[in-house]
Amino acid sequence: MSLAVSERNAPYWLTAPGLLVFLGLVIIPLGMTALLSFYDWGQYKGIVPTFTLKNWVEIATDSYFFEVFLRTFRIAIVVTLATALIGVPEANILNRMSPAWRSICMLVVIGPLLVSVVARTLGWALLLGSTGLVNQGLMALGLIGSPLEFMFTETGVVIALTHVLIPFMILAVWASLQRLDPQIENAAMSLGAGWWTIWRRVILPQIVPGILSGAIIVFALAASAFASPAIIGGRRLKVAATLAYDEFLNTLNWPLGAAVATLLLVALVAIIVGSNRLIERRYAQVFE
Amino acid sequence: MRRNGSFAVLFHLLFVVFMLAPLAIVCIVAFTPEGYLSLPTRGPSLRWFKAIFDYPEFLRAFYTSLWLAALSSTMAITLAVPAALAIARYRFPGREAITALFMSPLMVPHVVLGIAFLRFFSQIGLSGTFTGLVLSHVIVILPFALRLVLAASYGIDRRIEHAAISLGADTMTVFRRVTLPLILPGVVSGWLLAAINSFDEVTMTVFIASPATTTLPVRMFLYIQDNIDPLIAAVSTCLIVLTAGLLFALDRLYGLDRLFVGSGKG
Amino acid sequence: MSHLVLEGLGKSYGAVTAVEGLDLAVERGEFVSLLGPSGCGKTTTLQMIAGFVPVDRGRILLDGGDLAAVAPNRRGLGIVFQSYALFPHMTVAENIAFGLEMRGIARDEREKRTLEAMALVGLKGFADRYPRRMSGGQQQRVALARALVIKPALLLLDEPLSNLDAKLREEMQGELRQIQRTIGTTTILVTHDQHEAMALSDRIVLMNQGRVEQIGAPDAVYGRPSSAFVANFLGKTNMLKGQGTGTGQVSIDGFAVAVEGAGAGPLTLAVRPERLVVMPAGTAGFGGRVKGRVFQGSYWLLSIESAAGPLIVMRGNDGTAVPVEGEAVSLSFATGDAALLKDGAAS
Repeated sequence: MSLAVSERNAPYWLTAPGLLVFLGLVIIPLGMTALLSFYDWGQYKGIVPTFTLKNWVEIATDSYFFEVFLRTFRIAIVVTLATALIGVPEANILNRMSPAWRSICMLVVIGPLLVSVVARTLGWALLLGSTGLVNQGLMALGLIGSPLEFMFTETGVVIALTHVLIPFMILAVWASLQRLDPQIENAAMSLGAGWWTIWRRVILPQIVPGILSGAIIVFALAASAFASPAIIGGRRLKVAATLAYDEFLNTLNWPLGAAVATLLLVALVAIIVGSNRLIERRYAQVFE
Repeated sequence: MRRNGSFAVLFHLLFVVFMLAPLAIVCIVAFTPEGYLSLPTRGPSLRWFKAIFDYPEFLRAFYTSLWLAALSSTMAITLAVPAALAIARYRFPGREAITALFMSPLMVPHVVLGIAFLRFFSQIGLSGTFTGLVLSHVIVILPFALRLVLAASYGIDRRIEHAAISLGADTMTVFRRVTLPLILPGVVSGWLLAAINSFDEVTMTVFIASPATTTLPVRMFLYIQDNIDPLIAAVSTCLIVLTAGLLFALDRLYGLDRLFVGSGKG
Repeated sequence: MSHLVLEGLGKSYGAVTAVEGLDLAVERGEFVSLLGPSGCGKTTTLQMIAGFVPVDRGRILLDGGDLAAVAPNRRGLGIVFQSYALFPHMTVAENIAFGLEMRGIARDEREKRTLEAMALVGLKGFADRYPRRMSGGQQQRVALARALVIKPALLLLDEPLSNLDAKLREEMQGELRQIQRTIGTTTILVTHDQHEAMALSDRIVLMNQGRVEQIGAPDAVYGRPSSAFVANFLGKTNMLKGQGTGTGQVSIDGFAVAVEGAGAGPLTLAVRPERLVVMPAGTAGFGGRVKGRVFQGSYWLLSIESAAGPLIVMRGNDGTAVPVEGEAVSLSFATGDAALLKDGAAS
């Protein structure tokens, strides 16, 4: 039965090239990075391959690192909430549009996703600067007397990241909205429910998994974002990603940078896997 | 289905403004005739677009990015097609793990990947090389290629291939004459989406690009770190226009909603 | 030597046995149906003949040669799939010519045979159409032409008509039978539709849970089901409880009738609803009472509570009086109309 044998091995032959590349270029480099975080480093001696917990102890004890990680996750949570608050209604609005309008508006949602993050963040830097359009507009309307500080603040970073990441939330929610039975709203209406009741009791419960999976994506990307915080936050407002960048390319303390990167990766993977489990357990019975 | 009320329309308009404002402001500022950041109140000028040609590093970076995108997405799709076929049609031990591994670059922060590649390449002597750049990009864009080819592969009826076999076609003929034509839309869009992602990648690339192999987004990022002026706005405008063109091509080719929705979790 | 022989064919998926101990000999030119409910192993059997599923136990012999040694693409079998499995990116002509192309047949000959095949299935003039733009019935014809054009040793039909609407299905049944008669290709049909199997086949192989229940000509299997499963699966049937007298007769409420193979003690007979005769009470037979009646146009369906258990009786709409609800009746049937079920105790 040569046929049966080759059929059994076929998937491994087919995935082998990709697997080899991934083993060589993902597993090994990530392993080396984790290892690097346990190496010693000195201003003049450079990287010394001896086992030490120095970097980890430094991260654990120096409140500076705690502050940076706290800020990173604070920004990520606020961005996640903001994308949900704007994205869920917007996805609902998109879903109600006529197909022609919807495909145009999907371009508005998805288009920015394909434009370089650098160009998009540059736009926010232009808008949010002390002489930028937002401040000029607010002052012209008489809402504020002096320019608000957006640049180099968490507010500015949150605004830019919300813009960058909101397409992911809308797409996730929209995907789950599309799975809804279009008749279900009419069914609820025929039973006497008003629009708010329909939304809260009928639609929202069904799209919660979509919102949560969108939230996980947005949270993960916000917590590991680099270019937007670097441009809007500048050198003063550090997040985990820009901190690791500085350690690597400015201070040249690679082992410490590797430790920061490893911590970021482990924390994110733990959060993503953990919340995925939670969602699956909570909603497994209801959906498929 | 209910129509959108006037409040919903207003909300939507504000959202559209929010989405487009930063891109619009970049494009508007790029046309300023002044030597500093300002709106082109005295009428539009192409001054800063002409100025791009005085900075050959932008053009060089652009070509690097194009080459990088073309090469890495071609390699990624070459790896993705057989892998997607295996995952879509076989149930084998390790299938879930292999899929998760291929998708993992979506979950691993690009900063971490950048650091890992910087460390790895400096150890094996690929540091700062174009080869290293291509290999690292293959990794981060493979999930995009895989996802689209996978969606296309799930969609095909295996009995169509069985029909070809029963009519006498051997394995290679079945692939060439039947399977590949059937998944071709997925392959082409997968390649394109991978290429766009490679072209836009900045976070990881900033770690591993040397001055000789700097990509356009990295060059722009480093430029913005020093100063923000109309020149960088002009460069960004070119990029935005280019992306908009690609976007329409992609929409025609595959349908954007199909591209991003219903092809599995991000 | 029979054309196709299945010997002790078996297939298991893990602990689940899909097919077990299947023996079947198909003569040249014969039309045989594998009939059974979903999951009975009929499709797995077809897939094993086609070579898409490896055989675990037993052998498949085609003209005396073991098929296990032949790769699926070298078996030269024509297959029509339930979903038709047409190549969506090829025109009708390209679809049909594909098999000829694989056989390296020259272009002229290829075109000639493609046109012939299209004429055979009534698709003249559709050569450049794409499958997507054709109706289900037309796609079905393309699939048939594609399978037949390679002059297959065997024609395998996997539920070929199940995606068509009722009217079209009947039309295609007739056509399929006629085409098969014309070209004389040995044909195996897999179906769950008893009417299709009875209308088309020379013989029916009734399968259940991976095993053969009964093999025989359609009228023989219908008229003399060997088990409760067969009796129930093929058309409507009644299970009558009676007593064997030990003298080759069965007695029900004083009504005695000769039944082949009847022993002594309680047993179960299968009698078709159209073979039960309803007479006014007092006539010779066993007693019963009408519980309900439903008008069906050309006949009435009576549900009757009788001495032999609950019964369904089909009564032709022949202008005579039909018993009403609550009326006491007398029931009988002829000797040849009852089949003794081997698993007599089955409900």
